[in-house]
Amino acid sequence: MISPLSERVSRVIILLALAVFGIVPLLSLLSTALTPQGSLPPGLAWPTDPQWQNFADAWSAANFLALLESSCLIVLGVVPISLAIASLAGYALAQFRVPGGPTIYILFLIGLTLPAESLITPLYYDLKSLGLLGSQLAVILPEIALLMPFGVFWMRAHFTNTETALTEAATIDGASRWQTFTRINLPLATPAWSALAILYFLATWNQYLLPLVLISDPSKRTMAGGLGAFQGQYGDNIQLLCAGSLIIITPSLIVFLVFQRSFVRALLAGAVK
Amino acid sequence: MGIVSGQPRIRRRHPDWHGLLWVLPALVVYTAFVLYPLLQSVQYSFYNWDGVGEATWAGLANWESLFTDPEMLHAVGNAFALIVFYTVVPILLGLLGAALIRQVRPGPFGTATRVALFVPQVIPLVGAGIAWSWLYSQTGLVNQFLAWIGLGSLGRAWLGDFTFALPAVGVIGIWVMLGFCTILLLSGMGRIDPSLYEAARLDGAGSVAEFFAVTLPGLRQEIVVCVTFTIIAALTSFDIIQVSTQGGPGYQTLVPGVDVYRLAFLDQHLGQASALAIFLTLMVLAIIIPVQQLRRVR
Repeated sequence: MISPLSERVSRVIILLALAVFGIVPLLSLLSTALTPQGSLPPGLAWPTDPQWQNFADAWSAANFLALLESSCLIVLGVVPISLAIASLAGYALAQFRVPGGPTIYILFLIGLTLPAESLITPLYYDLKSLGLLGSQLAVILPEIALLMPFGVFWMRAHFTNTETALTEAATIDGASRWQTFTRINLPLATPAWSALAILYFLATWNQYLLPLVLISDPSKRTMAGGLGAFQGQYGDNIQLLCAGSLIIITPSLIVFLVFQRSFVRALLAGAVK
Repeated sequence: MGIVSGQPRIRRRHPDWHGLLWVLPALVVYTAFVLYPLLQSVQYSFYNWDGVGEATWAGLANWESLFTDPEMLHAVGNAFALIVFYTVVPILLGLLGAALIRQVRPGPFGTATRVALFVPQVIPLVGAGIAWSWLYSQTGLVNQFLAWIGLGSLGRAWLGDFTFALPAVGVIGIWVMLGFCTILLLSGMGRIDPSLYEAARLDGAGSVAEFFAVTLPGLRQEIVVCVTFTIIAALTSFDIIQVSTQGGPGYQTLVPGVDVYRLAFLDQHLGQASALAIFLTLMVLAIIIPVQQLRRVR
């Protein structure tokens, strides 16, 4: 089917407009970040004398090294444990007759819609009485809990559709349930749990409310949480603010671009389930 | 295959208490740090407490002010207004975008468009908030663009404007949500049986009729997912607004998430914050549960 030229042109124009809408705010961040500090940024034009130094200035002004370490610590505390316990629970709920299983599953499903705002006030005082307030653990523990509903839902959905022939054969050969899970089903589920790992990484890395409330020292927060404090401090220095924002955005962007294909595919598969 | 045929599936008949151990770690963390605080929030909502002194019983006072206090009314009203921006516009634009991307030959242009649209979804919302605060500022790109097309007189500090602050924040929501909706709808379109289109064409349907008769009904699942995801994001929005306007000017962009934060951690009205937080949760459930039923029809 060959459509008339005018139709093809308008199609390309609309798509270009959508793509420009998606990308221009980020380009504007970049072009502004490269203008001399204190100057009035000229808008979306490549600066004649790009000030890459601004990135280094923002890096040291916001103490990004400490933030990066702290973010990595939080991510390392959250992602592996969340993956492990969500996979275990998802597998058991899909494959075993867990007593109360359907009720437990519904409890998790409810959590899919729960906003963090509904927990944040008591969480603050609970963690305070546990003596954890201000430490990275104060974000790690609730973050794992908040990630559970989606992880359990995701892994259960995957293990419900899993091929049972291999599992049965392994059981007949005398493999324990643990062996069947770790040697057969978990490796087979690699696409499912690796997509979940990326989602967990992004959710943790981008988390803002929890670190903002639960960790008062900005240098112990996640990158996103730290940016809030940075904004308060350097709100007037637009070049540093834009450079700082880009520094914070970049890791998420890289993870997304590297895993783009598998990530989007898995996300779509999961969303429709 | 042959070995197991004829045998009953290997499954225990008795409740599998050992299996419960597998669920336990997830359940314990989830209960301790989500379900328990949630119940505490419900409890807090019936008390007056400043976080330091004695809590005193407040009865339904905190709940009543949800419906009388202009601050709360603004917050809830704005959350619903944001649905237009987070949900309606991205789905409509997403349908358009997805339909057009499908008509473009597969290649770099289509891929680049998809990636450009999806990027806002993966970056921290805080970054989105800062980027757009800058675009909307007096000297930002939006005003420069208006001046460039000769409408410079319309320029203003958008986020500080009583009339335009909420729509301006809404556009940030469109920016974030559009990619997710487009990609999801696009994949849905890919799974519609092509013979349905042939049948429609044989019946003489034009591309518009085809869209309403075949494409739209075929996308029911995906649209429900988009609606669910984006409505939750609209009602519970926090990051973007906290970073870009903190609810201002006045209460013009105040949303429940920001107000909960404000009430609990700046004003120390924990009971009031909790009532709003629980009301927000109920609001989300009251909208999301009926929407799920649409998935099952037919």
